[in-house]
Amino acid sequence: MPAHLSARLCSLALSLFLIAFALPALAGPFEDAVAKFANDDYSDTDEAIGVVASSGNPLAFPIISALQDGRLMADPDSKKVYVTGTDGKSIDAATGQAVASVPDSASAVRLNNRLRRSVDAALGSLTLQSPDVGTRLQAAQSVFKSHEETALEPVDAALAKETNRSVKAALGDARAAILLFKSDASEVEKLEAVATLKGRGDQEALALLTGMGDQPASVTKAATSAIGSIQNSLAIWSMVQNAWYGLSLGSVLLLAAIGLAITFGVMGVINMAHGEMVMIGAYTTFVVQEVIRTRYPGLFDYSLLIAVPLAFVVAGAIGVLIERSIIRFLYGRPLETLLATWGLSLVLQQAVRTMFGPTNREVGNPSWMSGAFELGQITITYNRLWILVFTLAVFAILLAMLRYTALGLEMRAVTQNRRMAASMGIATSRVDALTFGLGSGIAGIAGVALSQIDNVSPNLGQSYIIDSFMVVVFGGVGNLWGTLVGAFTLGIANKFLEPVAGAVLGKIAILVLIILFIQKRPRGLFALKGRAVEA
Amino acid sequence: MTPHMLTRSLDRGATIFLAVVAACGILIPLSNLLLPAGSFLQVPTYLVALWGKYVCYAILALAIDLIWGYCGILSLGHGAFFALGGYAMGMYLMRQIGARGVYGNPILPDFMVFLNWQKLPWYWYGFDMFWFAALMVLVVPGLLAFCFGWLAFRSRVTGVYLSIITQAMTYALLLAFFRNDFGFGGNNGLTDFKDILGFNVQAEGTRAALFALSCLALIAGFLICRAIVSSKLGKVLIAVRDAESRTRFLGYRVESYKLFVFTVSACMAGVAGALYVPQVGIINPSEFAPGNSIEAVIWVAVGGRGTLVGAALGAVVVNYAKTFFTSGMLAPYWLFMLGALFILVTLLLPKGIVGTFNAWWDSSKDKRNAASAAAEDGVTEPKMAE
Repeated sequence: MPAHLSARLCSLALSLFLIAFALPALAGPFEDAVAKFANDDYSDTDEAIGVVASSGNPLAFPIISALQDGRLMADPDSKKVYVTGTDGKSIDAATGQAVASVPDSASAVRLNNRLRRSVDAALGSLTLQSPDVGTRLQAAQSVFKSHEETALEPVDAALAKETNRSVKAALGDARAAILLFKSDASEVEKLEAVATLKGRGDQEALALLTGMGDQPASVTKAATSAIGSIQNSLAIWSMVQNAWYGLSLGSVLLLAAIGLAITFGVMGVINMAHGEMVMIGAYTTFVVQEVIRTRYPGLFDYSLLIAVPLAFVVAGAIGVLIERSIIRFLYGRPLETLLATWGLSLVLQQAVRTMFGPTNREVGNPSWMSGAFELGQITITYNRLWILVFTLAVFAILLAMLRYTALGLEMRAVTQNRRMAASMGIATSRVDALTFGLGSGIAGIAGVALSQIDNVSPNLGQSYIIDSFMVVVFGGVGNLWGTLVGAFTLGIANKFLEPVAGAVLGKIAILVLIILFIQKRPRGLFALKGRAVEA
Repeated sequence: MTPHMLTRSLDRGATIFLAVVAACGILIPLSNLLLPAGSFLQVPTYLVALWGKYVCYAILALAIDLIWGYCGILSLGHGAFFALGGYAMGMYLMRQIGARGVYGNPILPDFMVFLNWQKLPWYWYGFDMFWFAALMVLVVPGLLAFCFGWLAFRSRVTGVYLSIITQAMTYALLLAFFRNDFGFGGNNGLTDFKDILGFNVQAEGTRAALFALSCLALIAGFLICRAIVSSKLGKVLIAVRDAESRTRFLGYRVESYKLFVFTVSACMAGVAGALYVPQVGIINPSEFAPGNSIEAVIWVAVGGRGTLVGAALGAVVVNYAKTFFTSGMLAPYWLFMLGALFILVTLLLPKGIVGTFNAWWDSSKDKRNAASAAAEDGVTEPKMAE
């Protein structure tokens, strides 16, 4: 949202608020306190802050926050005080009525460091009881982090009134943090605080407990055991997190490799242009989103659902075209196929670069794919979760297709024994074209998903091609389940190595391990057995 | 196929090839140094450096042809051996800079001073001596190839699988050399060279000498390859290429033959890289990119695999085309052309330029022979099969 728009909305909210609550301009303690701001005296200002903050007046928050930002203007002649909004409009601080302009003689109320602390504390207690749940939660969390003793009273006051469960928990944590560091808190209170923090069990609680300084012996003992249990649970959570990252990476690898498992694994065609099929899928998504943006903005959330079948058709059609025009002349000559498809990948990349430009194109996340949720101590983003689900769905559909449809049956027949299949009346060349088209189409679908987490550029495919081959070779050629296991094994192994060895070294280690593994099992994890192997 | 026919065609091509390379190696440096600048026949220095680069590529192509054309091993990671040889030479050149670097440290190269390193890593020891660096140019790629091949060939990783893991090897090295803490200059690589054996690398004389040396290395490499492929060992290699299992069943230890030729080839690639670096003036991790290795394979395919002469020719032709097209208005279309070259050569010209020419030459010769023979007794010789 542009800045000026948000500023306008703020001022609108502020004025509505003021209309609803503005009090008649009676000279009371609040008004007297406000007038003290104009004295330009630090102790008067401090007193005024205390009175205003505890007044319960709806103007208290705007005044104190304006004071913090240097937007509280005071006129020493008329003793009038004004709040200038961020949008430049001003109100009378005592009455809340809008004023046309602040007199030239007015200047910002000055603060020193001591006053700034009072302002912070006052703001903290004011926001702790703000009508907005999010603000309250944030305030409670910031008190938890700062654990200033002065915040104890406002926290207790807020705790008494609080009804929202999560805010209440946050306030409880904040209270525990304060008590733990409060020198004159009783031992019982401190023990309770330790127990609360132990229940919280995250990195921040750990930091508080380890840095709490001198404490009574019983508290130290309880804290030590709490630290131990928090460290254990954190270790488990970090394992869970690594496992989740690994699954997520594995799903990306699987998605990129499934199509290759068909073209390379089932047909034996070394398709170095596989990555470019993924790229074409990603660019299809980009085009779909562009059309939607300009013509039907309301459909944006459905853009991916539209892009998936389109990407399948586009990439699949290009795949069939490639098979008919190049690959069918090269069956049985795998090394030549490798070179020709490499050349093809150069041509496709350059074609996309010419059409769409060499820079990254923007592909947006639909609303249901953006954001994240917390599960215990780990954060799970929706796009990663959806990609995992989507990958497994694609895998299941592909498996079912190969097993239960007539085309799948024909594909398996042709790959197992081409001549026998031909004798049974299967049009083998048509099946070849369709199989290659299927593999390419699935690569296109992968492109739709990968466009959500990666840069859509002409080089998109190249970054996946080596990984995809590794997955297929590691899992075992000609075996879809092998590809599944291979992808997740590599993904998880990579993420567990990363914290130990660093991202790049981890990746190198994985490559070396695969090279060594292939020496041991040249046909992958789940090797096909029998005569077909030597063919 | 009759053996004498093979040697005959090899001899003819080989003689012409050796004569051309030797003539270039002598005439181009002489013309560059002796003739006045700007004269019609004078070869400018930038062209000497450019053609020196092509000659290095030709050596790399020979190395690839030796294993791919004669033993059927398609390595997509030969650029790694090339780059390792280049890094060994680069390290020597870095040590020669001495205190003339930006930071003036007599021992540490600039990038190490920049990274706050206090002392030279152990693997940089000895590179201040030329003989040691020259030895490493052969030993490092050779050792890597030996270990890699020993593992791969013994467990009978063949064909496409071997290609893919060689690609993984060069990719892993690419990632490793990009790291700063690996001690090879990170993504900037090694550059700003000053001297080689006391001669200024930028000087015309040095460049001409390097060019002549590269031609000499090409001739030596060619003679070594020819000696290998025309020996009995070479016949076994061809047998491995055409029917590996059958050769094994005949009692040959296939893996030893492959390992030998793979290691020799890697050493040759290393030499090519070592000659390349002083002429280009830089070596950085992008030389390890898998794409480079695959491009080198296409030079061989264009020239004609299994012909040696063709490999060298292909390297020069493709790289000349690359220089020509990437410097003009056609630059955006170069990748289209390179890609199309890959596709068309594999589809339409599987024997490459030299292979196709040889086949045509021999078949026309056969026809002439056959015509004269038929006139006598009507028996035709079998056609040559590639």
